[in-house]
This record gives sequence, structure tokens and C-alpha cells, in this order.
Amino acid sequence: MTAAIDVDGVSVALAGVTVLDSVSTSVDEGQFVGLVGPNGAGKTTLLRTITGALAPDRGTVHVAGEDVAALGSRATSRLVASVPQSTALAFEFPVSHVVAMGRTPHIGRFGTRTAADREAVDAAMERAAVTDLADRPVTEVSGGERQRVFLARALAQDTPVLLLDEPTSDLDVNHQVRTLDIVSDLVAEGRTVVAAIHDLDLAARYCDELRLLYDGRIQASGPPASVLTDATVEAAFGARARVVEHPVTGSMSVTAFGSDGATADGRVHVVAGGGAATPLLHHLDAAGFECSVGAVSADDPDAETARAIDADLVTVPPYAPVDDEARAAVVDRLRRADAVVVADVTVAAGNRPVLDAVHEADVPVVVVDGRPIDARNLAGAAGRRLDARLRTRGRVVDDDPAAVVAAVRRVVGGGAGDADTDPDSRTAEADPRP
Amino acid sequence: MQQILTYCKRGCNVMYTSVRTGAWVVGLLGALVAVTLVSATIGPVAIGVRSVADIALAALLGGATEAPESHRTIVVSIRLPRIVLGAVVGFALAAAGTVMQGFFRNPMADPSIVGVSAGAATGAVAVIVAPIALPVALPVAAFVGALIAAFGVYALASEGGRTPVGTLLLAGVAVQTFLGAVVSFMLVSAGRDLREAIYWLMGHLQHSTWTEAGVAAAVVVPGFLGLLVYARDLNVLLLGEEDAGSLGIEVERSKRLLLAVSSLLTAAAVAVAGVIGFVGLVVPHIMRLLVGPDHRILLPTSALAGAAFLVATDTVARAGPAELPVGIVTAAVGAPFFLYLLRKREVRTP
Repeated sequence: MTAAIDVDGVSVALAGVTVLDSVSTSVDEGQFVGLVGPNGAGKTTLLRTITGALAPDRGTVHVAGEDVAALGSRATSRLVASVPQSTALAFEFPVSHVVAMGRTPHIGRFGTRTAADREAVDAAMERAAVTDLADRPVTEVSGGERQRVFLARALAQDTPVLLLDEPTSDLDVNHQVRTLDIVSDLVAEGRTVVAAIHDLDLAARYCDELRLLYDGRIQASGPPASVLTDATVEAAFGARARVVEHPVTGSMSVTAFGSDGATADGRVHVVAGGGAATPLLHHLDAAGFECSVGAVSADDPDAETARAIDADLVTVPPYAPVDDEARAAVVDRLRRADAVVVADVTVAAGNRPVLDAVHEADVPVVVVDGRPIDARNLAGAAGRRLDARLRTRGRVVDDDPAAVVAAVRRVVGGGAGDADTDPDSRTAEADPRP
Repeated sequence: MQQILTYCKRGCNVMYTSVRTGAWVVGLLGALVAVTLVSATIGPVAIGVRSVADIALAALLGGATEAPESHRTIVVSIRLPRIVLGAVVGFALAAAGTVMQGFFRNPMADPSIVGVSAGAATGAVAVIVAPIALPVALPVAAFVGALIAAFGVYALASEGGRTPVGTLLLAGVAVQTFLGAVVSFMLVSAGRDLREAIYWLMGHLQHSTWTEAGVAAAVVVPGFLGLLVYARDLNVLLLGEEDAGSLGIEVERSKRLLLAVSSLLTAAAVAVAGVIGFVGLVVPHIMRLLVGPDHRILLPTSALAGAAFLVATDTVARAGPAELPVGIVTAAVGAPFFLYLLRKREVRTP
């Protein structure tokens, strides 16, 4: 199979700053390739070298086997159409006229539009769902509608290769998906698409392959699952992130936690169950804590999460209560832990041994203040008592993963209250007296 | 059914566009002829519209007319050359202004934005105030000055085969300012020639001859046809240069051509009529309001409207007891009208 796009050793410096540093990649015919990477990584620049709008300082770009640098704009415009990221339109052309401009490469200087041109324009408007806007001035449609107008223009251009620069950035959730569905259909029909997409989840869901671009180079390349990993996302975006399989779409889903620069250090045991601890586990892991979890049922969503973050997991068979063996395993984890977090779990006969063990263990406890005890207590008065004891013994924190992580940091750091500065002393400092 | 209706509407729209263009062009041509006939009746000697039409037809087609010989001379040798020259100048300025506003995507752009008028003024005033008689005619000096200034601005703004529009605009302003200083200096040291120089600078159409009208038309008409061929490129350029490039427009080549030809048109107009302001700025705005931004319609309609407008304002300029330079009238009529449109928000600032 020939490569539809072949980028070979392309380097570009803009205003003296190297944006692309000998980038090489190729895109096979009929593929949908997503270009991902942080802002300013050079995604747009790379797309511009493919359209020929930007001549690379070094390296070559071939589209359909033709060297773009050697082709004129007209020949290139019959091979590559692009949907720009933003467009400044000062003049009030009707939408249908803007879409019809997509036919420019196919009409000679002295030629006029043929029936075939008109059909292509109508079909493109239909496909991008802008037919209803045809007579509206393009300056008066919304930003999202305008993006679809420019998609229609690119469709009217009828080229084998389509480049999209953030095609969904101004679209609502519904139109994001609809636009990418249209693009997927085009790919299914044999067109080659390269799209810069900042939404990693959408990129993973729709693209056949991804190229991760940062520091002027393509750092990872291949199917979404291989390109998007905790490590690559963290390296590229400088944010702690968790990449998991999305339960609905089955594609990779990325959650970033931001980076405060501090990597926590310590072991945290989490009493989980019923999925109550899933966000918290990701946050603790992202913050750098080493986690142990349990005991939970082997098929519990929290067990799934624990496996995903490589936590030290204590399980019991589905529907089985915590037996002595499991309890011993939990006690062992508690002994080695620097803190224990009791998530918003149901209190039942099955997991009482775990909660008892927590109560007896010599370790700081953080209790997540979630549902009221009566809403999650299946163990009667004993369950209520146990909950009250844990609350007295531990630090009670709102049911917000970030707040829990902060509380864990404080107890693990040992200096409870360190971070809270005495307001009075602050006032005194702010009042300089000679 | 809905789709069929939509398709019909599309098809009709395409036809509608050419019908609309035709209707506008015919209407504006009619207006131009009407303004011409009325204008030719006005002057120290009152001549009726019917005689004027008679004389004009006879002059055009040959044949006899009952009008007195003196009237014939006044209409054919004095009034009509002036009217035709006014029409050609207005036509050129409005066409060039339309192209410049599109080219720069800037509502303040006018035909002189790349220094054409300043260059023409420099050439013309130099000839007028020179202590020795220079061996060039005034219009030739103005024409050459205009082209040198425009080319200079273009060269100053170009780098590595590209001419960024923003740089071009700034270089144009700088060169205009500089040449303005040169003209002022020449005026200060002009002495007895000051009055003639000022008069030229204000824009004027009197003492027009058929030769001037013919020469100007010989430059303006082919130039205009050239611009018309590039009207579609100009439309696409309005999307931005990069977009235009991705749609197959050879951006730099189209820009060079549009700039060169509209500068040529402006230079021809300014060389024969001096600096007439506002026609090239206001008429395109008004026509864009009426026919929309599509240059395939806008360019011919603007040009015709500019022609009719300048003939009308020149008639006003010479109708009073003392003749005024036409540049004063175009600005005095055009500016308030433009402000009115601006206040009504009819003119949008992109």
C-alpha cells in the first residue's frame, strides 16, 4: 500500500524557534490519523507543511507520491483539502458561496460552475448538515456552525486527503460526535484524514492511529492504546494522568490530574468496595502514593481500578464475606501503611472484619464523609457504632478525591495542621511597625 | 420533497446571481447615461435634454441635427469630454477602491493606500513648481510618479518572495507621509505656482479633452477587464491567504497582479484629474451594502456607480457661479453620507 502522506525529516523554525525537529511519519491511504500533543507542540505547523502553506527548512513532504514543494497550489489543492482551526471572515458571503469556493481548484479561470460543481456543493452541504444555513451570511452563524461550513467547503473540494485542524474545538458534544462520524464515513470511503485533535478521548475513539507530537518530534506513533499511556501522556502534557479503557466506548480515556510539582511518598491502604473508591484510587496513584486496596470482591469495580493502577490488592471471591485469611492480609497491609482511607463504602457483615481491623490498627485514618451512615448500613446497630468509632478516631474529609488526597498528604507528612497558618500571626506580619 | 425544493432553490440562486448582476449593470448604465445627459444640459449656456441627446446621437452615429452649431460645439467639444473623463476617472477609482478594500480586508483601504496618489502628487507638483520647464507633460509626470511610489512601497514590503498585507499597509502609510512632506516642501517654495499646484492637488476635471479621456480609457478599460478575470480569486482571498492557497489560488501571484492593475487604474485617474478623494472609499462600501461582497457583481457595479457619482458631483462642482474643484464636492457630499451609513450601522467595520 502506498503512503498517502509521507513526511520525511521535516524541520521548521518559526521566528527562530524550532517548532518541528526532523519529523518523519507516514500515513497510509484510507486511514484516520489523529495528531495529539500539548498546545504549541507544532500540530498546526505540521499540517501546514502538508498543505504546502509552509515550506519546511529541511526535509520533504509527499502527498500521493508527489513532492508538495514542487507542486503548484492548484495541483496541491486537488490533492489536499484542509479545514482551518480559526477563520477570520470579515465579508458577508452567504454560506453556500463559501462552500462553493471549495470548487475553486476544479474551475478554470474563465470557466463557470457546471452542474457537477453545483451537485458537489449541495452534497457537501447536506453531508456537513449546513444546508439549512445556505443563505445565511457566514459572518452571522455561530462558531460551531462555521466549523461545519468549512468542513463542507473541504468536502466540496473533493480531495483524496483531508486535513483537519481542531475540527471539533467549537462544537457541542452532539456535533463533535456527528462531525467525527462524518469524517469516519469519509475514511471508510477511502479518503485519508489527518486531524489535530486536542480531546484525547475523542482522538482515541475515532482515529485508527495517533501521532503524539511534543518537543518538536513525534514521540509516539501507532494505535491509540499504544500511544496513550500514563507515561506518554505525563511526559507530553506534564500532567499526571490515568489512561483507562472507557466503559462505554471501549476506547482509551484519559484523565489528567494537573501537576503541582510535588510527588508524594508513602503507602496508603484504601478500604474500598462497590466502586466508591475508584476516582480516589486514581487520584492517590496520580499523586504518587503507593496504594493497597481491600478486601474487596474480586469482581468489584474498585478491584478493577486497583488492578489498573497496579495497587496491592486483597480480594475475596464474589459474594463471599471477608474470612480470616483475607483479614490477616488486610492487617498485614495496614501494618505497612502510612495511612488508611475508608471510602464511602457500605457497612455490612461481610466487610465488618476489615473495618474492625482498621479501627484496631496503629495507623492514621481518613474517613470519607459520603452518604449518611443509615443509607449504607446493612449491619444494624453494630454498623452504626463502628462508623461512629472510626469517625472519632480518624480525620473526616468531604467526599472529594482532591480533598482526600490533601488530607492523606497531611497525615502521612506527620505534621497535622502544618499547612494551616495561624491567621493572627499573619496579620501581625502584615502590619510592620517601626 | 424538501430536498427537491432546496435543490431548486440552489439552482435558481445560481441563475438569480447572473440575472441580478445583469439587472444591476443595466440599471447603473441607465443611471450613468441619464446623469450624462442631464450634466450636459447644465452650464452657462442652457441646452435642453432633447437637444443634448440629439447632438450626442448625431456625434456618435453620424447624421444631422437641428441643434445650432454653437450648441453642438459646447456639448461635443467642451461638456462631453469632461463628462466622459469624469466617468472614466470615477470608474477607475471605484474599481480600484473595491479591489483594495478586498485585498487588504480593511474598510479604510482606498485606491491610494499604497502611495499612488502621493507619488502622482509629487510628480505633478514637481513639474508645476520647477523653476525651469521640464520636458514632460504634467499628466505623464503624475502617472510615472504614481507608479514609482506604488512599486517602491511593494518592494519595501516584500521579503523572500512574500508580501505580507500588513507590511504593505504600513509601508504605504510611511511612504505617503514621506511624499506628503516632499510635496509640502515644494509647495512652501512654490512662489507664483502655488495656486496652480494647490488646484491640481484638489482634483479637477476642467479643460478636459477627448485626448485625455481617450488615453485614460485606454488604460482603464483593459485594466478593469483584467481585474474582473481575477474577481473570483479576490473572493477566495477574502478567506485569508492561507485558505486561498489551500483552495488552489497562487496567492502571491494574484496579489501582485491585483495590486499592480489597481495601482495602474488609480495612477491613470490621478494623472488626468488630480487627487479626488472619497470616490474610491465610499462607493465600494455603498455598493457592497447593496449587492453583497461577491466581487463578480461588486466590481462592475461599483465601477459604474463610481462613474455616475463622479459625473454627478462634477456637475455640481461646475454648476455654481464659481467653479469648485470636484475633489471638494466629492468629499463634501460623500463624507456626510458615509457617516450617516456608519451611524445606521449599515456599514460594518470588519
